[in-house]
Amino acid sequence: MLRRILIAAALMIVLHFAVELLGEKVHEPIWFLLYLIPYYIVGNDILLKAWKGIRNGQVFDENFLMAVATIGAIAIALISRSGDYTEAIAVMLFYQVGELFQSYAVGKSRKNIGALMDIRPDYANIERDGALERVDPDEVSVGTVIVVQPGEKVPIDGTVIEGVSALDTSALTGESVPRTVHENDDVVSGCINLSGVLKLRTTKEFGESTAAKILDLVENATSRKAKSENFISRFARYYTPIVCYCALALAVLPPVVRLIGGSAANWGDWIYRALTFLVISCPCALVISIPLSFFAGIGGASHEGILVKGSNYLEALSKTKTVAFDKTGTMTHGVFEVNGIHHSSMENDKLLELAAHAEIASSHPIARSIQKAYLEGLTWQDDGEIAPKPADLALRKLDRSRVTELEEIGGHGIVAKIDGRTVAVGNAKLMEQLGVQYIDCHHVGTIVHMAIDGAYAGHILISDVVKPTAKEAIRALHDAGVARTVMLTGDAQKVGEAVASQLGIDEARCELLPADKVSAVEELLRSKPEGSILAFVGDGINDAPVLARADVGIAMGALGADAAIEAADVVLMDDDPKKIPLAIRIAKKCMRIVYENIWFAIGVKVLCLILGAFGIASMWLAIFADVGVMVIAVLNAIRALFTKHLHA
Amino acid sequence: MDCANCANKMEGAANKTPGVQKAVVNYMAQKMVVEFDEGADPKAVMPEVLKNCKKVEDDCEIYL
Repeated sequence: MLRRILIAAALMIVLHFAVELLGEKVHEPIWFLLYLIPYYIVGNDILLKAWKGIRNGQVFDENFLMAVATIGAIAIALISRSGDYTEAIAVMLFYQVGELFQSYAVGKSRKNIGALMDIRPDYANIERDGALERVDPDEVSVGTVIVVQPGEKVPIDGTVIEGVSALDTSALTGESVPRTVHENDDVVSGCINLSGVLKLRTTKEFGESTAAKILDLVENATSRKAKSENFISRFARYYTPIVCYCALALAVLPPVVRLIGGSAANWGDWIYRALTFLVISCPCALVISIPLSFFAGIGGASHEGILVKGSNYLEALSKTKTVAFDKTGTMTHGVFEVNGIHHSSMENDKLLELAAHAEIASSHPIARSIQKAYLEGLTWQDDGEIAPKPADLALRKLDRSRVTELEEIGGHGIVAKIDGRTVAVGNAKLMEQLGVQYIDCHHVGTIVHMAIDGAYAGHILISDVVKPTAKEAIRALHDAGVARTVMLTGDAQKVGEAVASQLGIDEARCELLPADKVSAVEELLRSKPEGSILAFVGDGINDAPVLARADVGIAMGALGADAAIEAADVVLMDDDPKKIPLAIRIAKKCMRIVYENIWFAIGVKVLCLILGAFGIASMWLAIFADVGVMVIAVLNAIRALFTKHLHA
Repeated sequence: MDCANCANKMEGAANKTPGVQKAVVNYMAQKMVVEFDEGADPKAVMPEVLKNCKKVEDDCEIYL
């Protein structure tokens, strides 16, 4: 195609100078025939398609328009004996340049997005007779042991049976910190193995694996078209015929009126204006740039670990004014951890050490969380900041020999001798029973009081831990134009309200059963502002009915959770709440680009139509406008792919 | 399939084919998703869809 364009352009220029030099010496019909050569070279396929279109009764397509406009221009040049055939050839030439650019841009962005979502595994390694053999992942059955070497992609979901390694999940989640996996950990396909050799037992078939599912989802996302996209295809359907009839009217009516009025008809001039109309009537810039914008927006979002299941959901996300959240697992980690140590009579770590030893024989979740806090160090402090790791962490262990006379008092707690000191660990009732004056905690959660040698030693607060980025996420949501945030939780009023106020969430609806959550969302749907969208964010496993009921259902932490991917409209691969405002920002940017393109393309076309009607715009200007608008709109559309600057 | 407008036209053509409930052409992914009417045999309907699409875009090819 490029060669055809270049040859035709070169011929056209040569001919142009040849006419200047020897215009008089050669007869007119010869020039005409010579000019037909570049015209045919650059436009033969258009002419052929136009002819086929007419034969099939599909008149109004851009091939027909271009054919009529250029043949018309040549005819005018021939009849008026102006010898200006360059215009027709140039129009065809620029049209083809535009087409070429368009297919290049579309192909390029298809490839770009393919590279962003480069999670498609090409092969799986199976060990046979001590040697590794590469096989098609499709052929690997469930339960097969596969080997993933450093630098390779995990082809199929599975469980590690041998080896330790760091996995790069960035293609799936957008998260750049590698994840370490050990034996018995589940691994999802699409991750890249960074350090060690891993042996996996596959738990799914390739087609059911995460990578295959995500690819399928992203590739088909643009099939669910947004309203603005449908508007454009409807618009294009009416726009072209209308402009064509206008062109016909422009060619016939004014000359006729002028004839009746007694002046010269000026047929050539009016027909030329009508042909200019035809050139402008091509809707390509619009029709191409809108799906391209959505495609780029969805591709950019996937790169951030945000899967949007359709252009329509991207459009809806951009209009989100109300966001409802589930609490446990969405805003909080959903696991109970030591979240504070108060009124301690000794160092916090020392108190924790004693408590962990007193609970040494217990497997109760509370006991476990105390032991975990001691062995792994406190992860969070009261204010949600990350606590520094204690220096002696490697030396910490639970030593049974230090614990004697351990007595469990059912429903109250434990009393034991540790290093010769009497340690009592339990609830308020235990303290009362022991006659120890205790200090109540104003925090929400489970309180474990401690007394050492009969004296109160402080209490340990154990509660569900709020995700470190949750507060920032809520603030970013408000910044992104969300007017109302509501938390829906099954927890007690006190707990729910405490978390909501800590995070800056506007409202908390508490003590809701799963069915109540649906009716709460329905009520919110009724009270939301006209035309705005309500999004619900949940963990996707317990919240499927609510996800379905909301305008946009967003599932979090879906990596490896099929149910969530099925139930939601937008899927956040990791469980970072900050992805919610990011998703809304990406959607807003994409929609802004879509509207920019719509207004820009229609605006320039209408302007050119008006100028063309008054004879101010030549066919040159018309084709420049057409191709130029298309190029600008396509470049603008590709902008939707870039999301880096949208991070809060 | 190089032109988005042609994709729209193919979509229209496919939708008019008897036996097709809904056809969506995904221009960017170069895919067409066809939902059939109940009781219609996809194997019988698809050649018709192809024929109608060829009418609007003779250089289109459909891979099933």
